[in-house]
Amino acid sequence: MKDKRPVNLDLSTVKFPITAIASITHRVSGVILLAGVLLLLVMLDMSLSSEDSFAELQQLMSAVWAKLIVWAVLSALAYHLAAGVRHLIMDLGFGESLEGGRLGAKLMFAVALLMIAGLGVWLW
Amino acid sequence: MVTAVTNWGRSGLHDWLIQRFTAIVLAAYTLFLVGFIICHPNLTYAEWSGLFGTLWMRVFSLLALVSTVAHGWIGLWGVLTDYITTRMVGGSALFLRMTAMLIYVLICVTFVVWGVEIIWGLS
Ligand code: HEM
Repeated sequence: MKDKRPVNLDLSTVKFPITAIASITHRVSGVILLAGVLLLLVMLDMSLSSEDSFAELQQLMSAVWAKLIVWAVLSALAYHLAAGVRHLIMDLGFGESLEGGRLGAKLMFAVALLMIAGLGVWLW
Repeated sequence: MVTAVTNWGRSGLHDWLIQRFTAIVLAAYTLFLVGFIICHPNLTYAEWSGLFGTLWMRVFSLLALVSTVAHGWIGLWGVLTDYITTRMVGGSALFLRMTAMLIYVLICVTFVVWGVEIIWGLS
């Protein structure tokens, strides 16, 4: 396109309402998962290959750095799941008003935080 | 008319629907595994490999894996066509997008083959 319409893509001048934050974080978590799936597959492989590698994985998972990495990936999954389900609910036509969107985003954040906290408790 | 060539389905609506279908499969699979792990607090290898030894779990896992590939493909395509555009990065945008998709496809093929090996215990 060669026309000279003004374009404002300077994100620092754009205010982000809660719904926009919910949306962009969903995208970020999705991109994290593209790589995160690799880690999950490695873990599935280790957990199923043999009794020994299952024990090895358990051993590995007692290290703090391992817990932190797995927590990060599973948190991305938990957030993406919560935001994804909200997305699907809105696709069905619920909560599409401005207020509904805001309320849904708040609910979704609460659910995601609960799941992420629960994951932390489970890992530690 | 511009025809889409690197998206998963052959139209945006098709992609949109597959994105929803695969999202539901992935959500069901995730929630099921979480439920299983919660129901087996001190998970043993016998319980875990027993679960993945059943035919239905293998089918469910393969479905989840294929869904991940399709879902990730559509997701990545959406992200790339939003940010890696001629306006954002200049004339090399198409080349960059194609390269990224190609790398993703190679990774996905590996995922599926490897996943089948894990699930069917060939490795
Ligand atoms: C746990 C179940 C999952 C659910 C319920 C879910 C749901 C969704 C939904 C509804 C969308 C569409 C968003 C839109 O149209 O704007 C989406 C996008 C996406 N998903 Fe998932 N997803 C799940 C798992 C995954 C996994 C495992 C991956 C990684 C391979 C992934 C990667 C992505 C990416 C990259 C996008 C594109 C983000 C965007 O365009 O903003 N998702 N997801």
